[in-house]
Amino acid sequence: MSNKDNMSSGVTSRKDKSISTIVFILLALGAVVMVFPFFYMIMTSFMTKNQYLSGQLKVIPDPWVFGKYSEVLKKGNFISGILNTIKVEIPVLLIGGFTSSLAAFAFAKMNFRGKNVIFMGLLATIMIPFAVIMIPQYVMFTRMGWTDSLLPLIIPACFGNISMVFFLRQNLSSIPNDLMAAAKLDGCGYFRTFAQIFFPLMKGAVGTQLTLWFMAIWNDYLAPTIFLRSEKNWTLQVVIRSFNTYYSIQSDYALIMAASVIAMLPTILLFFCFQRVIIESVAISGIK
Amino acid sequence: MNSKKGKKTKTKMSIMAKREEKWGLLFVAAPAVGFLLFMLYPIIFAFLTSLTTWNGAKGFQGMLDRFCGFDNYIKLFTDAKFWQTLLTTTIYLLGIPIGMIIGLLCAMGMNRKIPGVRVLRTMYYIPVISSLVSVSILWAWVYNYDYGLLNTIIKTLTGLHGPNWLGDEALIKVSMIIFMVWKGLGTSIILYLAGLQNIPRSYYEAAMVDGANGWQKFRNITLPLLSPVTFYILVTTLIGGFQVFVEVQVMTPNGNGGIGYSAATIVFYLYQKAFESFQLGYASAIAVILAIIIFVITLFNFAGQKKWVKTID
Repeated sequence: MSNKDNMSSGVTSRKDKSISTIVFILLALGAVVMVFPFFYMIMTSFMTKNQYLSGQLKVIPDPWVFGKYSEVLKKGNFISGILNTIKVEIPVLLIGGFTSSLAAFAFAKMNFRGKNVIFMGLLATIMIPFAVIMIPQYVMFTRMGWTDSLLPLIIPACFGNISMVFFLRQNLSSIPNDLMAAAKLDGCGYFRTFAQIFFPLMKGAVGTQLTLWFMAIWNDYLAPTIFLRSEKNWTLQVVIRSFNTYYSIQSDYALIMAASVIAMLPTILLFFCFQRVIIESVAISGIK
Repeated sequence: MNSKKGKKTKTKMSIMAKREEKWGLLFVAAPAVGFLLFMLYPIIFAFLTSLTTWNGAKGFQGMLDRFCGFDNYIKLFTDAKFWQTLLTTTIYLLGIPIGMIIGLLCAMGMNRKIPGVRVLRTMYYIPVISSLVSVSILWAWVYNYDYGLLNTIIKTLTGLHGPNWLGDEALIKVSMIIFMVWKGLGTSIILYLAGLQNIPRSYYEAAMVDGANGWQKFRNITLPLLSPVTFYILVTTLIGGFQVFVEVQVMTPNGNGGIGYSAATIVFYLYQKAFESFQLGYASAIAVILAIIIFVITLFNFAGQKKWVKTID
């Protein structure tokens, strides 16, 4: 009896192994399909126009042309696009990161009337599509004279990011409330309790959320394209899109691809560095 | 004596509680004010604008002067372009179940003991974190009729010229769906993988003792226990699916929405009405309809969660 059991488990594990091999091959093929467009994008950026317009399947540049990247960087708008994006990123991440962490602390660890109502109200805003509020915001920012600057992208975001508040609040709930009670007993003020006790404890989570936020701002297109009227204020994504419109008429795909590669580099590098925590925080959102 | 002491602590507590309340409200003030200024006020304003034929001129007085009641909504009802873009948006939603099924299959594969799972997961996730503008540009190049990667491959393999991926009214929708599935697949894989790892192994062991086969285990354990994840993905992608815009603007030539407006979505139509023809009132009516659609999905979320979602305990 036990012998038979062993045999059958031996068979299943051998069968299991061959299934695993097939699964691995399929997944690896799928992964190649997923990243091949990126590979082709990078390769195109090094090709001559003759090569990529030849209609022949040659993926490796022959000859290699490296000039497109410096050409992109010399195009007036490109560098200013990067600078404008950074000009949005810095104040938003610093101020918005601060207001979001502080609010998350209050929602998680303090007691006050209306706390849950305010929290639920804020949470509901995650559901509000930007497309619904973009017209009134545009009218509002135009009347305030902000549309000739980067302010429409900076000021609203400084008031905090709801999904960051939500995640940090979740994160804080794993920290025991005793710590809060002890701080109160010691007569430690609320802001000091936040800044010196809780903020250091949630530094990691704040870092992850700021990384995700950085990427979201970096990749944002709809809001900048609506609110930034003059070219000198265009953020990187708006510039890239205008490159595409302008240079695809001249079939200068190498230049377009080079520009897109540079535009994608920061988020991809950040992702490679903080992969584990980023994936974790995405995974948590589904399980709650 | 005893009651006096109790009373004393109570008043002391309430002073402290008041202090806590003051600070608590102060700490959440920024997001709360931001919500009122940049969310709630705009929503009310959008609704009011939708009752006018305002074009942005002459300030708020100009808006009031152009009050028209529910005319915009009545006009929308007979607007062929509105229905067309709503239909296209709905067709794009077909990518959601396709992406979920492929995502679940990939996640189940990765949940086995196979080498390099982390590398594979990363490869599938790269499109998610990439800029939507950049990858839309990239795919427009891949789909290029004469020189694109796809048609070059087809020509090399079969000797025939491939189809006009972005130049055909029906095919452009398929092309967009393929692109969207590619872009979003990594998220469903990660969510499903986390869900799978959350299912206690003992459930499968118990099923094995009962002699359940692979399909029965999948049908009776995996699928029901993944229902919260499935539901989460469904709701978030549905809400996102109604807001497709960037892909359409970047991938169609000159950002015109494709031949015969075939690729245009409802948000794309809204954008054009608002910021290209400055029919702010009419565009706001579209925005209000969009808000109602999203609101209904959210309601469905709350109602459906109770009905379909099964949890471990």
